[in-house]
Amino acid sequence: MTLLAQVLQQVVNGLALGSIYALISLGYTMVYGIVRLINFAHGDLLTIGAFIAYFFILAVGINPITLTLAMVLAMVITPLFGYSLERFAYRPLREAPRINSLITAIGASILIENGLRVIPFIGTEFRRFPTLTLNQWVLMQNLDEHGQIIKVTVSQTQLLVFAVAALLMLVLVLIVDKTKTGKAMRATSYDMKAAALMGINVNRIVSITFIIGSALAAAAGILFASSYPQIEPYMGIMPGLKAFVAAVLGGIGSIPGAMLGGLILGLAETLTKGFISSQLSDAVVFLILIIILMVRPSGLLGQTIKEKV
Amino acid sequence: MKTSQKFFLLFGLVFAFLVVFSILVYFRILDRYFSRLLLWGAIQSIIAISLNLITGFTGQLSLGQAGFVGLGAYTTAILTTQGWPFLFALLPSLAIAGLAGFLVGWPSLRLRGDYLAIMTLGFGEIIRSLIINLPDLTGGASGFKDIPGFHPDGDLNRLFLFLGIFISFFLVLFLVVNLIRSSYGRAIISVREDEIAARSMGVDIQLVKIGAFTLSALIAGWGGALQAPFLNYLAPSSYDFLKSVDFVVIIVLGGMGSITGTILAAFGLTYLQEWLRFLGDYRMVIYPLLMILMMLFRPQGLMGGREWTLETFIRKKISDSKVGNHG
Repeated sequence: MTLLAQVLQQVVNGLALGSIYALISLGYTMVYGIVRLINFAHGDLLTIGAFIAYFFILAVGINPITLTLAMVLAMVITPLFGYSLERFAYRPLREAPRINSLITAIGASILIENGLRVIPFIGTEFRRFPTLTLNQWVLMQNLDEHGQIIKVTVSQTQLLVFAVAALLMLVLVLIVDKTKTGKAMRATSYDMKAAALMGINVNRIVSITFIIGSALAAAAGILFASSYPQIEPYMGIMPGLKAFVAAVLGGIGSIPGAMLGGLILGLAETLTKGFISSQLSDAVVFLILIIILMVRPSGLLGQTIKEKV
Repeated sequence: MKTSQKFFLLFGLVFAFLVVFSILVYFRILDRYFSRLLLWGAIQSIIAISLNLITGFTGQLSLGQAGFVGLGAYTTAILTTQGWPFLFALLPSLAIAGLAGFLVGWPSLRLRGDYLAIMTLGFGEIIRSLIINLPDLTGGASGFKDIPGFHPDGDLNRLFLFLGIFISFFLVLFLVVNLIRSSYGRAIISVREDEIAARSMGVDIQLVKIGAFTLSALIAGWGGALQAPFLNYLAPSSYDFLKSVDFVVIIVLGGMGSITGTILAAFGLTYLQEWLRFLGDYRMVIYPLLMILMMLFRPQGLMGGREWTLETFIRKKISDSKVGNHG
């Protein structure tokens, strides 16, 4: 009973964390699907989003309305960074060997991190992210053999995470599946040259992909900061890397894959933290990455692409 | 010039360098600060050369080089603290780092490009997480303290450190340069240029890739083993992803596939970091900016795959003097 309750509690926590990873990894997977580039700076867009929301909430105070406004604001401003990154750092290198764009992406990531660290009003210290004072809802309650109360709870922050993540993913799926832009995005990811020949403005589509990805990352950043209320310039590295692992796990380039991968990774992380060791969770995540790459490099839902001579 | 002549000339130059600088270091003619920078530059060069071997020559981007360095450094630290002499501790350090490289080399047969880079990144992070999670052995997150140097006496320790680090540096240089010029080295480069074509010409891809990974990790571990007695203190944060990227910056700047470029960049960046101290934290922005600008405007690096060899200087002199005679 106690064990079951613990497992269930970690599953709830894991799904919440996993939803955040899923939002981040959607950006990775869409960008990779179209330009075949691991956008290392994606995790740092998350940091930028969190900081925009932080300063906005600091200025106007925290309540459900300002938090919503902060999220909207972050989702509008962060894409400007994502767009500039693509326009000025990645686009000139689109025809260059892929290793060059990869190194540029790493450079861009460190530039944003260290750039934030040297900006005087941001700096290196950890700041407390303002959160709403929210209740916890008890899903299940029981007494164990010693008469102690065992509870499985879900916090309202976690519910907020589920709701926002589900809403954004729904919007994304609608955009990709139902709109003309979405169709163009799918075509570009299938074959960029052919799409260009069919009259699709490829540069515009790539920019839109970066903009959507950045907006999702910004939202994920705020959810992450609300769940673990501490922000600093390096906060995006680890969630970024893990979301990338999630994207690989689900099959890079696949949108449902990114969502699935995110959830699995969130569960794996919280279960490791709860039952093995909290510090080993990073190692477990990367071990999953290595195993999936060895066994099925195309991921759970990805398509295998044969390399041609 | 004949090969034997060249060999003796190079050997003589290296020997002279070692003797002259030993005197300078031992009698404190070089100040402590400058000599530490010199030694740190040499250690950075060794590690950067190891990365260039796998990334610049074999074409497999490794983002986990700092993990191999960490393995070498921590193994040496653990053994020398227990009283092992450095030379005896060096062998297991190299073996462990090499073994890790061998393990990473396997997936490289199936994975290419980005995927392989991510895998090496994951591997490096796992090593760092193990270092943090074995506090009894490694001191955990607070670091490994009080690692013995080469000799209790300060002056002798400095001299031995200098000799140890620079002899290692020249050995690694000798090893890698000769390897690249051997038929195995040509096979390595052919894998970088076109794997399928290389295979059809009879190059054993497995042997080349796994061998290159093992050797690269081994050399990185060597660099790490030298860090332990030099720094006397190791922190797990010195072996994370960002440190691995530091070495990528060095080879990008120096030129992938150029050993001399790597050495120039390793020493250059070590000094640059000190010269730019007056900029304070703004220094941290310069590295990544340099990386992006290099990729945008000079992706081949400063040296662009070319090398400075003995001939570069001698020929130049001969041609200069000829011009002088006629003019």
